[in-house]
Amino acid sequence: MRRVRAFGRFWWNFVVGDDPRAAAGIVIAIGLTAALVAGGLDAWWLMPVAVVCVLALSLHRETRGA
Amino acid sequence: MTAAFLVASAFLASAVEFVEALTIVLAAGITRGWRSSLAGLAAATVALAAIVAVLGPALTLIPISALRLVVGGLLLAFGLQWLRKAILRASGYKPLHDEEAIFAQETAEARAAGREERAGLDWYGFTLSFKGVLLEGLEVAFIVLTFGSAQGSIALAALGAGIALALVAIVGVLVRAPLARVPENTMKFAVGVMLTTFGIFWSTEGAGAHWPGDDASLPVVLGFVVALSFASVATLRRRRLAFA
Repeated sequence: MRRVRAFGRFWWNFVVGDDPRAAAGIVIAIGLTAALVAGGLDAWWLMPVAVVCVLALSLHRETRGA
Repeated sequence: MTAAFLVASAFLASAVEFVEALTIVLAAGITRGWRSSLAGLAAATVALAAIVAVLGPALTLIPISALRLVVGGLLLAFGLQWLRKAILRASGYKPLHDEEAIFAQETAEARAAGREERAGLDWYGFTLSFKGVLLEGLEVAFIVLTFGSAQGSIALAALGAGIALALVAIVGVLVRAPLARVPENTMKFAVGVMLTTFGIFWSTEGAGAHWPGDDASLPVVLGFVVALSFASVATLRRRRLAFA
């Protein structure tokens, strides 16, 4: 059980890292793109916009008070 | 164009990881003996080969749109981590990655550790080398499998990684010292940019949207991520100087 937990923690740290909010932002943006496409809008532009927002917020959190 | 981009991305990302793995193998070899260190390296290589051999064919069975959605999302989350750290380093908010300092720390820790023999090997040297190579190698395997499967050519991505491995191994054997002259911080910046570019491209396609011009838009996305990264570095540098 301890090894399974360690394995899960490794992959979490590997992919998500120290800013889970950034990863959550990416998941929301992908979901939103898929929803807009399903609604008939070819929303190819949404992910670049989302990346600008997610990166800016993540950098702001990291450098705040530094 | 996309093929060259794929090979270059896999090469750069793998080279960075192999340089880090080499530092650990060297630290273990010099302080604890080459036999244990090289045995750790060999055992980790076999474990990585088994992982790639099992996961590689399994990934090719997944429909390409589902694969691109998952791989794009994973690469974007993973790539943004690299990019954020690279931007923080370039703007002075985080210390630069220093292979010589890491080597000095690894060797000091390895010298201080007690000696325990298992299977005729110095166990500390073996596990240090094994864990280092396995963890750095897992990142390479992840990048090769995700890049390759989403682009429909694991062989091309493996070619980029293979060239990087050969180059780092040859230079490592010749130099027998950490490769401090490799512009690792610049390479990490480039890898962050490429992972994020592929992540944006594939997650958008996986979600069902279509890029104007299909694959031809990949260089445009790359230019966008490069511009965003430089703008972020410039903004953070200005802010740091204003508060200094």
